[in-house]
Amino acid sequence: MLGKLTWQAIPFNEPPAMAASGMIVVGIIAILALITRKGWWPYLWREWLTSVDHKRIGVMYVILALVLLLRGFSDAIMMRTQLAMAAGGASGYLPPEHYDQIFSAHGTIMIFFMAMPFVIGLMNFVVPLQLGVRDVAFPVLNSVSFWLTAAGALLVNVSLMVGEFARTGWLAYPPLSELAYSPGVGVDYYLWSLQISGLGTLLAGINMVTTILKLRAPGMTYMRMPVFCWTALCSCMLIVAAFPVLTATFGMLLLDRYAGMHFFTNTGGGNFMMYVNLIWVWGHPEVYILVLPAFGIFSEVVATFSGKQLFGYRSMVLATLAICVLSFMVWLHHFFTMGAGADVNAVFGIMSMIIAIPTGVKLFNWLFTMFRGRIRFEVPVLWSLGFMVTFVMGGLTGVLLAVPPANFILHDSLFLVAHFHNVIIGAVVFGVMAGYDYWFPKAFGFTLHRGLGRVSFWCWFVGFYLAFFPLYAVGLLGMTRRMQHYADLSWQPYMMVAEGGAVVILCGILATILQLVVSIRTRERRRDLSGDPWNGRTLEWSTASPPPVYNFAVMPQVESLDAFWATKQRAAAKAPEQYPAIEVPRNSPNGFLTAFFAVVSGFALIWHIWWLAILGVAGALTILVAFGWMQRTPVEVSGEQLAADERARRSGLVPV
Amino acid sequence: MAESGVVGMTFSEGAPSVAEKQPTASFWTYTAGLGFALLLTAASFIVAQTGLLWAPGVPAGLAVLAIAQMGVHLVFFLHIGTDAEAANNVLALAFGVLIVALVMAGSLWIMAHLNENMLTPAQMMDMQR
Amino acid sequence: MSAQVGVAQLGAPEPARAGSGAGPAPVRIVVGYGFWIFLLSDIILFSALFATYAVLHDQTAGGPSGHELFELRHAGIETLCLLFSSYTCGLAILAIERRRLWAFYLCGALTLLLGATFLGLELSEFIALVARGAGPSRSAFLSAFFSLVGLHGAHVTVGLLWLIFLVAQTAYRGPLDYVRRRLLCFSLFWHALDIIWVALLTMVYLMGAR
Repeated sequence: MLGKLTWQAIPFNEPPAMAASGMIVVGIIAILALITRKGWWPYLWREWLTSVDHKRIGVMYVILALVLLLRGFSDAIMMRTQLAMAAGGASGYLPPEHYDQIFSAHGTIMIFFMAMPFVIGLMNFVVPLQLGVRDVAFPVLNSVSFWLTAAGALLVNVSLMVGEFARTGWLAYPPLSELAYSPGVGVDYYLWSLQISGLGTLLAGINMVTTILKLRAPGMTYMRMPVFCWTALCSCMLIVAAFPVLTATFGMLLLDRYAGMHFFTNTGGGNFMMYVNLIWVWGHPEVYILVLPAFGIFSEVVATFSGKQLFGYRSMVLATLAICVLSFMVWLHHFFTMGAGADVNAVFGIMSMIIAIPTGVKLFNWLFTMFRGRIRFEVPVLWSLGFMVTFVMGGLTGVLLAVPPANFILHDSLFLVAHFHNVIIGAVVFGVMAGYDYWFPKAFGFTLHRGLGRVSFWCWFVGFYLAFFPLYAVGLLGMTRRMQHYADLSWQPYMMVAEGGAVVILCGILATILQLVVSIRTRERRRDLSGDPWNGRTLEWSTASPPPVYNFAVMPQVESLDAFWATKQRAAAKAPEQYPAIEVPRNSPNGFLTAFFAVVSGFALIWHIWWLAILGVAGALTILVAFGWMQRTPVEVSGEQLAADERARRSGLVPV
Repeated sequence: MAESGVVGMTFSEGAPSVAEKQPTASFWTYTAGLGFALLLTAASFIVAQTGLLWAPGVPAGLAVLAIAQMGVHLVFFLHIGTDAEAANNVLALAFGVLIVALVMAGSLWIMAHLNENMLTPAQMMDMQR
Repeated sequence: MSAQVGVAQLGAPEPARAGSGAGPAPVRIVVGYGFWIFLLSDIILFSALFATYAVLHDQTAGGPSGHELFELRHAGIETLCLLFSSYTCGLAILAIERRRLWAFYLCGALTLLLGATFLGLELSEFIALVARGAGPSRSAFLSAFFSLVGLHGAHVTVGLLWLIFLVAQTAYRGPLDYVRRRLLCFSLFWHALDIIWVALLTMVYLMGAR
């Protein structure tokens, strides 16, 4: 009746898992109780859960990312603590079968449910505003995408409470991930969560590409688009190209596990190396999917806070496009040691070095933008400067790893772990933190507390170096990744420094949380009435903070790059006498309901509860057909409403 | 207001189409497409099954015929490149084709090398001794 | 497919300018382009499976190979069914755009019939293969074959169900703008499936049967 699901699935005999599950369950119940007591359900349902507004959806993505950052980081600090303890004969406090789940969950959550949602959320919020349009191309699809991502995140966290997670690392290589060697539900949780959220991500990519290419304000030619929109375009083109490969590869592994097929098994002619090959065909573009929007954020931040137009716009665009195409030509550098031979390794090694060149171009452009600018050291600028220093170091170690002979020694050592954390934290985390601080006032109407923002930055910056530079050293000394304990006592001091670094980063995360709480409590002091707290250059700053649901009462006419800056320089914006009524898409529960059935189906498939799986899939299809059949009429916003909103916005403007 | 879709048809909302200078969708374009596709299909079967083409050249011949037939579909059925918005569509297609080529050729090249360097079970046993 | 009317995008009362600065594109173009991008992602999905088939096609694990299993006559009939259904699909779109509803229903029905015939033939081939012990779990080659051809068949199935839905919606609501946009998307999908079939036929059946 319930497939493989029994009471034993709940980890009663594992205190850490029970404690964590208990905290999560209590926390969720507390939040639900609070919402019920305050009577917020109608508001939440109407304004957020069924919203098809890109701004709301973007905010929800970022909230999801921040929550999952906490989960992913707690996995990290558990690992660091274990490694600081388990030297020589000591076994630490985490048994191997738990440690394996923790490092697998850490990677999976941080990449798929922290970094991706954060980046997609920022793109979602900002891109339509920067393009001068009212919403993305397919607003209801946008909602579906978010909720499918959330569904995947939910399933991964359910694995903590009911069952287990994969023990295979974040990419689940076969044969270990095949049924013969991972007979439990862990790998199935991993696969179904990622298939569900992967679909959401693919749809979001399609949506954004269409928006950027087909929906821009009048006059906004390609070469007048903000650089963030170019990087969003390239990142989403990569999503559209790479995620299908992930879906196919996971699909084949699922067929091996559920239908006894032999794609990657040891018997029957399967070839596990094909999995490694395909998963990295996806995996390399994935890191560029994450990093390109971060580069875009830095471009916006550096230009705005230097008070200068971004240096070398054309070369920035070309470099971004080059990175986009080249990112599909380097994937073998993730498995130089799998044995393809010198010829193949040499080609991919050289390609991997070539891809560093356009990134270098971008870096020089940022430096030249700052040169002779009037730099204001706001919190986003700190993150940007921290990024420039940190990412360059990480990139250098990457070029080192791109040399196949060096890679043979360093592959899967802690040197590798340090490298990829160096580039991901240095670029993606610092980038999304900069973007969070930069665009927060636009989303909520007040700026974040500066002092705590600085504390957060410095803790992350110092903490990162303390946590990861010892790993470079100990990787060169021979320590490999994913070790639950190690014999060489001389490595322990490095592990302890790394643990210290993790604690400092924890302070940074706590500072961010505190910053949010304090900022909300003291928000009146930091109200943004003008919509333009940073003296920005791009169109999002020409709207109110937060913008109305329709973004622009009248779609802006764009005549140059940095369209808003040009408008301000001319002191041009005059209010029209009359506003024609506009229509905005109506909210829809489609996304939420689809995701609900996705969670049901996913859980049922994981536990082999076939009747429930059929019901779940049938439910999702019914939603699809029902909403397809219904005629959803848009909501009209009257001219009077537009005029009133515009008057309110203009009354807050600071005279030039 | 005349507009065109990615399919290259010029239809206005609510009124029958007025053909413009591009080869729009019509009964004849579809029928011509069908005709060419049938010819190419027949040719592929003949190449595959008879000895008409020099044997080692058969895979290449089949590939050429397949690509030609895909082209026929793209032009005659999907009307690629025949409207004002064509540039975006063609570029997107080109990007897609590039990715498909990289995935397929790259995987085949890499896997062939990996397989060649993979020890046989017998060699692995030798190493154990 | 979301039922959004999308007029919210057409806020600018500007005369359309040529080139990329013309403002937001009309809804039909936006929808068509979005679906085109989706189709390209679908083709990349197939290419991963094609690549796997290419790598694994000779891993028969002592079991039967394509040469023993594939019947070209069968594949030929399937090809003709799908090709003609693509043709009738195109005619159906012409008909609906010219508001010739009975021609539309006729061509739609033919598309459905031909597509269903294709599926029936494919299913019968699968059943026969499984019956003679050449099912997908027999070998890596067969796993790759069944999943590649099966994925295409699954797409055809979804397409036919979608066509039934759209014909029903046309009958119920008439050839409204958004219904015709969806039919346009369907036709893109259907033609793309035929393109994928060409690749499948060539790589799997024609090359495999030699």
